[in-house]
Amino acid sequence: MTPTLTIFLILSAALFCIGLLAALSRRHAIFILIGIDLMLAAANVNFVAFWRFSPEPAQPTGVIVAIFSIAIAAAEAAVGLALVIAVYRHYRTTNVDKLNQLKG
Amino acid sequence: MAGLTTALILLPLAGALFVSVARQNSARAVALGFNVLTAILAITLWRNFDTTAGGLQMVERHVWIPAIGAEYLVGVDGLSLLLVLLTSLIFPFAFLAQRMTRGACALMLVMQAALYGTFTAQNFVLWFLFYEMSLIPAFLLIKIWGGEKRDRAATKFFVYTFLGSVAMLLSFLGIFFAKGTFDFAALADLGKHGLLTGNVAWFAFAGIFLGLAVKVPLFPFHTWLPDAYETAPTGVSMVLTGVLSKMGVYGFVRLLLPLFPNEIRIVAPWLLALAVCSIVFASLAAWAQSDLKRMVAYLSINHLGYCMLGLFAITATTVRPAQEMQAALSGVFMQIFNHGITAAALFYYVGLLEQRRGLRGLGDFGGLMQRTPLLCGWMSVAMFSSLGLPGLNGFIGEFLIFKGSFAVAASFTAVAVIGLLVTAIVFLRAMQALFSGPLAESASTFPDLQWNEKWIVVPVTMLMFAVGIAPQFVFNIFNTTVVQMTRLFALTTLG
Amino acid sequence: MSSWIVTYLWLIPAVPLAASLVILMLANSRRTASAALAIFGQVVALTMAVAAFLPTLQTPGYRAFHNFTWFTFGEQTLRIGWVIDPLAAAMLVMITLVGLCIFVFSIGYMAKDKNFTRFFAYLSFFSAAMLGVVIANSLLLLFVCWELVGLASYLLIGFWIHKPSAAAAAKKAFITTRIGDIGFFLGILWLYGRSGTLLFYDHGNGCLENAGLLLVGASATFIALLIFCGAAGKSGQFPLHVWLPDAMEGPTPVSALIHAATMVAAGVFLVARVYPLFSLGAIDGVTPSLTVVVWIGVVTALMAALIALAQADIKRILAYSTVSQLGLMMVSLGVGGVAAGIMHLLAHGFFKALLFLGSGSVIHGCHEEQDIRNMGGLRRLMPVTFLTYAIGMMTLSGVPLFFSGAWTKEEILHATAHWPKSSVPYYLMLAGVVLTALYMTRQMIYVFFGDKRAASEHAHESPRVMTMPLIVLAVCAIVFSIALTPAWPWLHGYLSGEPAHFEIGQLIQPMLFLSLALVAGGIGLGVLFYRKAGATDPLAQAQPAIFRFLENKMWLDEFYARTVLAFAHFAARFSDVMDRYFWDSLVRALAGVGQLFGILSSHFDERGINSGVDGATTGARGLGRFIAARHSGQIQTYLRAAGVGALALLILYAWLA
Repeated sequence: MTPTLTIFLILSAALFCIGLLAALSRRHAIFILIGIDLMLAAANVNFVAFWRFSPEPAQPTGVIVAIFSIAIAAAEAAVGLALVIAVYRHYRTTNVDKLNQLKG
Repeated sequence: MAGLTTALILLPLAGALFVSVARQNSARAVALGFNVLTAILAITLWRNFDTTAGGLQMVERHVWIPAIGAEYLVGVDGLSLLLVLLTSLIFPFAFLAQRMTRGACALMLVMQAALYGTFTAQNFVLWFLFYEMSLIPAFLLIKIWGGEKRDRAATKFFVYTFLGSVAMLLSFLGIFFAKGTFDFAALADLGKHGLLTGNVAWFAFAGIFLGLAVKVPLFPFHTWLPDAYETAPTGVSMVLTGVLSKMGVYGFVRLLLPLFPNEIRIVAPWLLALAVCSIVFASLAAWAQSDLKRMVAYLSINHLGYCMLGLFAITATTVRPAQEMQAALSGVFMQIFNHGITAAALFYYVGLLEQRRGLRGLGDFGGLMQRTPLLCGWMSVAMFSSLGLPGLNGFIGEFLIFKGSFAVAASFTAVAVIGLLVTAIVFLRAMQALFSGPLAESASTFPDLQWNEKWIVVPVTMLMFAVGIAPQFVFNIFNTTVVQMTRLFALTTLG
Repeated sequence: MSSWIVTYLWLIPAVPLAASLVILMLANSRRTASAALAIFGQVVALTMAVAAFLPTLQTPGYRAFHNFTWFTFGEQTLRIGWVIDPLAAAMLVMITLVGLCIFVFSIGYMAKDKNFTRFFAYLSFFSAAMLGVVIANSLLLLFVCWELVGLASYLLIGFWIHKPSAAAAAKKAFITTRIGDIGFFLGILWLYGRSGTLLFYDHGNGCLENAGLLLVGASATFIALLIFCGAAGKSGQFPLHVWLPDAMEGPTPVSALIHAATMVAAGVFLVARVYPLFSLGAIDGVTPSLTVVVWIGVVTALMAALIALAQADIKRILAYSTVSQLGLMMVSLGVGGVAAGIMHLLAHGFFKALLFLGSGSVIHGCHEEQDIRNMGGLRRLMPVTFLTYAIGMMTLSGVPLFFSGAWTKEEILHATAHWPKSSVPYYLMLAGVVLTALYMTRQMIYVFFGDKRAASEHAHESPRVMTMPLIVLAVCAIVFSIALTPAWPWLHGYLSGEPAHFEIGQLIQPMLFLSLALVAGGIGLGVLFYRKAGATDPLAQAQPAIFRFLENKMWLDEFYARTVLAFAHFAARFSDVMDRYFWDSLVRALAGVGQLFGILSSHFDERGINSGVDGATTGARGLGRFIAARHSGQIQTYLRAAGVGALALLILYAWLA
């Protein structure tokens, strides 16, 4: 079975769906963050896959975008975790059902 | 002395502002103070006015809204000056005539500013603005401070005059679209050769005529007047009859006669008939009144009817002898001035009687001569002046109007003199009812003229005598203007 | 030498006017001062009148005037001025002299009145206005003074203003004369329009001089008739005479001054003054306007004399006698006897003032009684009054030779007899002479002869201040006749500008015998009728219907009330009703149409526009509330929504692609 673009895209979609499911269904803020990171990872897979099967694979465009994205995801995770800790300190919980102060 | 006219218009407005922030019981004093200032300005204007030079003087012209031909253009000629002086004369007396609340004082001052504007504006848009601006304070003054039937009277007044104004505005818009100017002088120039033609001309003429006829008022557009004058407070009645009613006559002289010489000549017999109806029916109706204020109001219609007679008579024929036109025009101007003084004085006297008695019916008094000889004596002077007794001011204007109109419209004039007779009957009847006979019970505690009342009565009466005996000083104001207008009207027939 | 008096002629009316104004400002208690001021003013006026009279004596047909500009209107000037000629000079002297006597008499007559000062102010004012009429050299100035005379008359008739009858009489007088004045006013306008000037004399350019008359041309007849309207009103000519008898409500000196001697004569004076207008284009001395004057005069003279016969009020009899005499003067002017008419006017001024003051003295003596049927036998109680009154009566009746009235009346009859148009006026005038003698005899007998009746029981002679003027006037009435006799027709010559010569032979004329017979007949008849008269009048016994007719003044007042006045009242009511209902309802109907539109548009607003806008706002609010409810604050809800949205976009993309 030769690796084709479709396989990677299916992998990416599956990964994305798992991330989305986690972000939507989990109540704990950290799990939600993990779900979001999974979705980002799905996007990165897409970048790399499209680069690899593009007409000009010689230039490493997709890899560079993916590395950027991973760096940003790391920063985002750091900020997200810091926020979660701040929220926890304030509300003594990380259950997002209890955190409904954002409503307009 | 540029800026004098503008200052004259702005000063009462500033006064209105000051009055509205003044304390309730010092409002009238502030208003009077501002009237002293406007009087000084008006006299300065008179002093600086060159009576021998024709045309507009002290012209101020500023761009305003060029797109619609609106300009800030004010200037004075003899007629304007006469009316500015009259306004400055009547208003202080109106303020002195009775106590007024702060609001009333402020509104009166706004009206005063509007009147100065109306009499000096030389561009239609500006003129119309001021014209309407005088209407609203008058409406409010009647509506808020009027007598018992004030709601009806005020609404009638407003609807009538506003309807007329709308008609006039439409006509002027028509003229503007046809000719592209709102400048009075330019329009008068164009008027010589027929401003508009065909049906448009007639519509425009009818609209302007209606607006002015309501304002004067001319029979049969006069029924708002008795109600309005009757219910208005004394001071307001004085201003309404003394100055506001002159706006209509002024409009006729300034707008209708120069702009529509041909139209007016064609319908002149009908207009003359309306003027004669004004004179005769109003005086007869005055005879039938038992309310003093209503009676004086009707006589006001009658006296303005003489003005209309003079104006229509000089435009009635194609042959227009200069001396007759000058006589009629001078008479009309004189009558404007005299009627302003005399009618205001009469309303003042009625107000005095009403203050003392609480009522103002002819039958509510009797034998006053025994109790208040001074009041009766001075009041009789005003009455005799109004009925045109020679030696008092009323006669001069009436004589000249009749002289001018008799030469060109003898039959109409011959009917109109009935008005002179009936006016005499009306006043003598009033004098008989008020002054003679045994002293009425209700009048037995009347005080005679007080000092503060004498301050009004004596100067006004002296003025009546002065104009009646040596009227030259009034004629000097407008003689040159009369000559100029005569030329204008005489030329229009040639064109 | 005369120029100064011409220039200062205006002082003659100005001095009494100034006196009047000063008196008006005096307090009510300054009685002596006010009377003194008024009399001083009158004395000054008399002196100046004499000064003005003297130069007119020197040259026949003397005339001097002074014109000036009153005011300028446009490029025109209105000029007025004053004139002195024999007509004006004679009138000036008569008015000031009679006026002076009456002023003095008033001191006594009005002594108890509390408005004494005001009375003298009015009297002086009247005098000033009347003198102004006489010296005016402009029809306009004459009209101005004429109206002021009317005003003074109004004030004086209504002097006892607390009496309703006096106030009514004053009003009636002013309005009736104003009816005439309206015509006069039109006449002035017409004349002014035609001739371009209202000056009588202006170096050949005045409206009474040739150049002016030429411009007036054919309209002179109408102008003259219109002016005559004014004259008829003031001089109490038929049909405008009705105010004069009522004017007797005023104090008696007023009746004497205004309604006998001066103001009522102003009409005659006016006709004489503008006589060139009346006689313009005369053929044989007859013009249409003069003919009207004659007939009006005849009707007036005869009618008034008849009415006088049935009156009981002493002053009313004299009032009707005045009306009758004024008619006589008008006839004289109409037939061309201008000088005769004016002579009668002057003589009448003296003797009628005398009679009125005499009647005032009688009324005063009888404690304000005016009904002659309550008097009687006064000749012993009031000898001075009786004697002077008798002189007045004989002068009025025209007893020949010694009394001025006789000569003037004769001249009028003489002129009337030669009127070419008709001889009817002449015969009617002769009847008038008989009637005059008759009603005066009736009055004399009732008042002074016979037995004492109710009012004369306690009668007394009046004080010296009242009898002195009577004596002066009586002397005037007699002495004046010297200037009137046909033997030496000095006044006639003076007035008409021809020198007079003394010819004793002319004294006795056929007319003298005729008039002697007529007067004797009248007096004789009077004595015969009224010698034994009791409470009821002999005429009333003989002809009750005629007597009632005359007693009620031919029911003219009632006739006017039913016709003219009723119509005028109706017209006034009508105008008022028209205004209140017809015009007003027309306007209200128009306003109603407007209101209808208003209601319609307001309904449209309410139902149409308003509900639409309301619905829109409700919807918007609901939507807002719905969306607000979706904002739960649950992050995952938002995320879910974002997911659904993304999915929807994806599907849409797939759909479109």
